[in-house]
Amino acid sequence: MKLTGRAHRYGANVDTDAIIPARYLNTSDPAELAQHCMEDIDSEFLNRVRPGDIIVADTNFGCGSSREHAPAAIKAAGISCVIAKSFARIFFRNSINTGLPILESEEAVDETDPGDILEVELATGEIVNVTKNKSFRAKPYPDFMLELIGAGGLIEHTRRKLGQGGDTQ
Amino acid sequence: MTLAEKILAAHASRDRVSPGELVNVKVDLVLANDITAPIAIREFERIGVDRVFDPRKVVMVPDHFVPNKDIPSAEQAKMMREFALAQGVVYYEVGQAGIEHVLLPEQGLVVPGDVVIGADSHTCTYGALGAFATGMGSTDIASAMACGEIWMKVPPTIRFVYHGRLPRWIGGKDLILYTISRIGVDGALYAAMEFTGEAIADLSMDGRFTMANMAIEAGAKAGIFRVDDKTLDYVRARASRAYHVYEPDDDAECNTTVEYDVSRLEPQVAFPHLPSNARPISQVGTINIDQVVIGSCTNGRLEDLQVAAQIIRGRKIHPKVRCIIIPGTQQVYLDALRRGLVEEFVSAGAVVSTPTCGPCLGGYMGILAAGERCVSTTNRNFVGRMGSRDSEVYLAGPAVAAASAILGRIAGPEEVTN
Repeated sequence: MKLTGRAHRYGANVDTDAIIPARYLNTSDPAELAQHCMEDIDSEFLNRVRPGDIIVADTNFGCGSSREHAPAAIKAAGISCVIAKSFARIFFRNSINTGLPILESEEAVDETDPGDILEVELATGEIVNVTKNKSFRAKPYPDFMLELIGAGGLIEHTRRKLGQGGDTQ
Repeated sequence: MTLAEKILAAHASRDRVSPGELVNVKVDLVLANDITAPIAIREFERIGVDRVFDPRKVVMVPDHFVPNKDIPSAEQAKMMREFALAQGVVYYEVGQAGIEHVLLPEQGLVVPGDVVIGADSHTCTYGALGAFATGMGSTDIASAMACGEIWMKVPPTIRFVYHGRLPRWIGGKDLILYTISRIGVDGALYAAMEFTGEAIADLSMDGRFTMANMAIEAGAKAGIFRVDDKTLDYVRARASRAYHVYEPDDDAECNTTVEYDVSRLEPQVAFPHLPSNARPISQVGTINIDQVVIGSCTNGRLEDLQVAAQIIRGRKIHPKVRCIIIPGTQQVYLDALRRGLVEEFVSAGAVVSTPTCGPCLGGYMGILAAGERCVSTTNRNFVGRMGSRDSEVYLAGPAVAAASAILGRIAGPEEVTN
């Protein structure tokens, strides 16, 4: 699947409170959460973002809380993919589990400026910065992760493991 | 194998495991709260099974927004309560409960050698008991509630050795803030932090919970302590089931060993907006404050309140400061009440709240306005964490928090007691 969008560029340690402040966690509705995505660190994000856009950030993206509301808010805000130098581990799992594509590539992050047009081919991990006419290769997923993604996420994977609703005992 | 590897190997029915390996591990306890359970329940229902794998091994605790702050949070708590009662899982209602990571060890629900996963990032707190405990998202929790196991990547272990005797007033919070300031907020990303050394041997269980609790603030998957006599004294009085004490091999290979001499460590204060921005109290300067919070899964245990009381006792909270003290559980509240601490706090002009996570994550019970500053014994000082994006949170242990409440500016305990 090929994703195309403009880059929204952030620094290191974008935390889950920045992605979706906890004061809004009295709901888990993605559309409601999306209305507050990034508001404390980038008040213009929601005015700027268009469907398909891509978040590009430095190290440790998604650090902090385990809230799955964070990838849900990003996805519902229209972001098609997050590219970072590294991800906090709970955010990484949550994104895989909930179907938010995330890719790790130091070079792509270093070479991306705000507003650059990026193309991402998820199957191969190829990232093209169309604005700068450069291409990069994201770190590949481990096989098990590909199996999870291929199964349609963790819940579908678990359904298959348990024989689609069969007795767990 | 390291302690973390021993526990994971045993739960994966393997003779040995190595860092980087993906393993399926059986879980001894699965946890969710009033914010994360609603999503976990919805995902669990999508799986299509009728019952959780073992109701004795699933725990649900309302603690983040309870007693409920508004209608939507009441709806979330209600959804969790109805599921918990229908499934017969372990559930604590408001009035019996408290902050999950203070409550579960206190109730003996977590024991040494366990693998615990929780839909809350501070699940790593239980490492203080010699358990492997880690936070995950709601969907992982849903899957584990259905099948009783979860995939994990075996983390490398970073061993932290703390040499020397801790000076007066220095506790677990100072040790962990100092550590995170040295290694950074991703300094232990994906790793298990193992805490050891003579300063750790001297540290109370409450102090160890504080340290393990903040392993996540260095990006770690787990923070873990070896079981010693202090652990066993704590566990024997509480354990709800049999437990297994794992020991690391003598020749266990750690990814890295980091050593600190903490015999002259000063109280630490982490400046906005990262837990890694810690400075010793002597280098803080004059910073006036508007609010103090003493509590949370990090520092809401009896010892934390006792330390605060030593400083607040017989004094008055500064007239420009709102001091909010939150016992971590009903039991901590009762213990504080019986020892006279609650009366001392209230007499001094502090507010004593029922157990809640409330202000720590900017939920309620102490939200900051623009331009306000708070000294807090909680675990995160991110932008907007406790309210306005233009407010500031300074993280510290209970001694600094209490001294700051008295003086109206960030202060060390000795500025008050000397």
